[in-house]
Amino acid sequence: MEIDAKMVEYVAELAKLRLSEPEKAAMQQDLTKVLQYMDVLNQLDTADVPPLTHVSGVENVFREDEAKPSFGREKILQNAIAVEDGCFKVPQTVE
Amino acid sequence: MSGYKNTGYEVVIGLEVHVELNTATKIFCNCSTAFGAEPNTHVCPVCSGMPGVLPVLNRKVLEKAVAAGLATNCTITQQCKFDRKNYFYPDLPKAYQTSQLYLPICRNGYVEIEGDDGPKKVRIHQIHMEEDAGKLNHDAKSGSTLIDYNRCGVPLLEIVSEPDMRSAAEVQAYLEKLKSTMEYLNVSDCKMQEGSMRADVNLSVRRVGDPELGTRTETKNMNSFKAIARSIEYEIFRQIEVLEDGGRVQQETRRWDDEKGIGYAMRSKEDAHDYRYFPEPDLAPINISDAYLAEIAAAIPELPDQKKTRYVADYKLSAYDAAQLTRSRYLAELFEQTVVLGGDPKEAANFLIGDCMRLLNAEGREPESLSFSPENLAALLKLVAASTINKTTAKAVFEKIYTENIDPAAYVKANGLEMLSDDSELDSLIADIVAANPKSVADYQGGKKAAAGFLVGQVMKATKGKADAAKVNAKLQEILNKQA
Amino acid sequence: MREKTAKELRAALKAGETSAAALAECYLAKIAAEDAAYHAYNTINERAAAEAAAVDKRLADGLDSPLAGVPVAIKDNIATETMPTTCSSKILQGFMSPYNATVIEKLAAAGAVLLGKTNMDEFAMGSTTETSCTGVTKNPWDTAKVPGGSSGGSAAAVAAGLAPVALGSDTGGSIRQPCAYCGLTGMKPTYGAVSRYGLLAYGSSLDQIGPIAHTAADCAAVLQVIAGYDEKDSTSAKDVRFDFAAALTGDIAGKKIGLPKNYLGEGLDAEIRAAILAAAEQFAALGAEIEEFEMPMLEYAVPAYYIIASAEASSNLSRYDGIKYGYHPEGFADLEDLYLSARSEGFGPEVKRRIMLGTFALSSGYYDAYYQKALKVRALIRQNFDAAFAKYDAIISPVAPTTAPRLGESLSDPLAMYLSDIYTVAVNLVGIPAISLPCGFDAAGMPIGMQLLGAMWSDDKLIDLAHAYQLHTDWHEKSPARKEAE
Repeated sequence: MEIDAKMVEYVAELAKLRLSEPEKAAMQQDLTKVLQYMDVLNQLDTADVPPLTHVSGVENVFREDEAKPSFGREKILQNAIAVEDGCFKVPQTVE
Repeated sequence: MSGYKNTGYEVVIGLEVHVELNTATKIFCNCSTAFGAEPNTHVCPVCSGMPGVLPVLNRKVLEKAVAAGLATNCTITQQCKFDRKNYFYPDLPKAYQTSQLYLPICRNGYVEIEGDDGPKKVRIHQIHMEEDAGKLNHDAKSGSTLIDYNRCGVPLLEIVSEPDMRSAAEVQAYLEKLKSTMEYLNVSDCKMQEGSMRADVNLSVRRVGDPELGTRTETKNMNSFKAIARSIEYEIFRQIEVLEDGGRVQQETRRWDDEKGIGYAMRSKEDAHDYRYFPEPDLAPINISDAYLAEIAAAIPELPDQKKTRYVADYKLSAYDAAQLTRSRYLAELFEQTVVLGGDPKEAANFLIGDCMRLLNAEGREPESLSFSPENLAALLKLVAASTINKTTAKAVFEKIYTENIDPAAYVKANGLEMLSDDSELDSLIADIVAANPKSVADYQGGKKAAAGFLVGQVMKATKGKADAAKVNAKLQEILNKQA
Repeated sequence: MREKTAKELRAALKAGETSAAALAECYLAKIAAEDAAYHAYNTINERAAAEAAAVDKRLADGLDSPLAGVPVAIKDNIATETMPTTCSSKILQGFMSPYNATVIEKLAAAGAVLLGKTNMDEFAMGSTTETSCTGVTKNPWDTAKVPGGSSGGSAAAVAAGLAPVALGSDTGGSIRQPCAYCGLTGMKPTYGAVSRYGLLAYGSSLDQIGPIAHTAADCAAVLQVIAGYDEKDSTSAKDVRFDFAAALTGDIAGKKIGLPKNYLGEGLDAEIRAAILAAAEQFAALGAEIEEFEMPMLEYAVPAYYIIASAEASSNLSRYDGIKYGYHPEGFADLEDLYLSARSEGFGPEVKRRIMLGTFALSSGYYDAYYQKALKVRALIRQNFDAAFAKYDAIISPVAPTTAPRLGESLSDPLAMYLSDIYTVAVNLVGIPAISLPCGFDAAGMPIGMQLLGAMWSDDKLIDLAHAYQLHTDWHEKSPARKEAE
């Protein structure tokens, strides 16, 4: 898999990373190298293999629908960038 | 409505409906789901996306999702998993929504509605479980947005229909069917004004007979039947106009401004649709047994359509009355309890559909907010049946029951509202009225039969409305005809 | 009190020869005096003395646990309410967790005393502890060399005698490889054996918290305290209960140990190969049956691992956006700028690389070819391990192809760094437990480690194998300080 500059920009946009031009170039090179190496997986025929997502075999884990006291608001907000009226405050979102 | 029917276009509509489940706690943590709390007070590290936290699924969410699927004729996915849907937005603290894409809990169902051309099935593509996002409050003055995570993690079902609806009326019928079904199942309160039921409308138009679907737009996040209907009408005409002008409909996401009555396109973003779904590693897979399915199925109550059929068969109600009563589970239950307590089914239906709904509608309230007991309604119906009070009095007493849940028998007695049962008293009253109104008597006898109505009214007035109007009428006729 | 094991400290406490307060004071003083040479710690627990005094009261009231009164160091990706939790990343600078990880609660209940938070590769992404934003950690055996990673701070702390035991986390070898580089014993438990609640996620389906110690017996002591079902972690196992104390029999007669020949081939240092073969002979001498076999698919584990780990990481690290916690950028123009500034300034190069790789692997059009493919390969690798464990009680394997490299040599070539994880990542992909323990030294005097791999939920039996080995060898008793003394 060859990664082109456009792909690096697209992925960076998805990942919300701002890369400088040298960073982009290095990223393009590194990702291409790593992904080309990863293409080794295509040597394996996996057509009939179900993907393994959960390894421990644990299933059907539930909690009861019983309310417990929530956390103190100040603890949730204690690391925030800005707080107003008990809320996290950010620049206005645009729709 | 349906003014486009003659334009040569057909409308194709599919819906994504979000229904908030009425669990006590959130989907993945023990925080309360109660509506209207102070910002960020129903929040813990899990639902606020603190580093290192893990979700644990609320048992009731699965139960309710399965019930919703069974009630809408879906196949339940017995090996089911959650997936992460990744995107950045401040109302989503983890920057991913835990949802279902690859193995949604319910697939391939349908609901039956009364369509434009008779009964029809609207197919359900899938129903999946997911978490709600937080609430953003915009402060235009300071140019900032305030984030409240109270709603984060409130459990939702997303019900995705096939594009089977052809008009705003069918959309309304479908939504009402979903709403009543979810209420009957006790899955959701479907309070649209609180946002616990909201719909995204996917809509396209095409020339009648065209086998290809047109380009569709998605109008997002509407939470009233009226707004949905208006936005659909608007969007239909907008798309037809674009096509008629030789243009092309853009595939886009739109918003509906109900105050201004206009729809508008949202700023589209290049990355908007690459959500990078993948199986959620933090939640254990769900393996639903046949026994569990049977258990949920057995607990499903009688649904609106079944009730409707039974009301027509057992209580001889009209299909219309039965449909009105069963639209709300609460109303239907009130009706049934009243009947069990000895109230006449037809009379009970009349009061509930007529007076009761009229009063509710005037206040813009839902049947769930009714506070009177079936005992008092049944007692009222018995007073009417025994001719203790007449119909006019009964209506007035019902309003008292509606507002204050009074005991009708005690109320009638205390206010002396019983009908005059003493015939001799009534006879002398009638004689007095006849004597005092010679002109009306003459008119009647001269052929103006309507004059009798005036005389009946005078008698009723004299009895303060407590006489049996039918009886008064009969007695008057007898006297007048005799005199003639 | 240097380089005592937790077991020895417990004995001294029980005998009344020392107190929790005295131990805490002793370790804190040593950290203050010596950690500048290693930078094992990011944060020192200022409340350690007070907490130790409180533990002494509980000890007097009869508190007894394998770690009662014992100081413990904590990797800086485990949430603590009273100390910052930073993952050695600028993006979490100053972050105070509003809650404690389950393992922290369990340690507190057991009367362990937290010494501080240890340095690591940023978000556990690295094999050398050089990607930390707080500076590199040095290997106590040779301060020109790396301690390994990502739990390099925890390993250096224990190796230098700045903590008797420590917690690390292992996503692709992050406990086992630093233990090999630092002459220590460390364990990656079966996925689901220890609660992950409060472990700041890197690869959620791979991460496990585990012990770093001098001995297998100390690993058992730590696991006795931290392992077990946690209702807050849906992936923790409910019906598995280990009795690690009872598991240490030292009797391994008749155990079957597989020796995968192809693990000892090209690319492995000759000295390490010789040490592994010698260890296998030692096991045979203890009554175990050693059998050579071929373990297929070794070369596919690294690519499958890096796709899955990076994909999960790209999602797990999306929450770090500068809004709710950690690094807050200044002078941003709008929300988008806030996101971009926080993440671009807050994450280091290796983290960005893995976020990019993982985002790509999940992106539209590539999911099937990369992420899905990796999950399928993972299933095949699991089948191979299942087949091997049908025959063997354990597999003996190298931990890393070399002993600790010099500082500054590894980061320039990411692919080469990933490839050095060849012996460790398969364990995480399939979920099995593995214990890393010292088995020799190279010509330069740097420790060599081996690992024992076991079937799912065989953690206790695996520790017993390592314990038996350590009853008859003394590699685990060597230390940098004793080396100097010799």
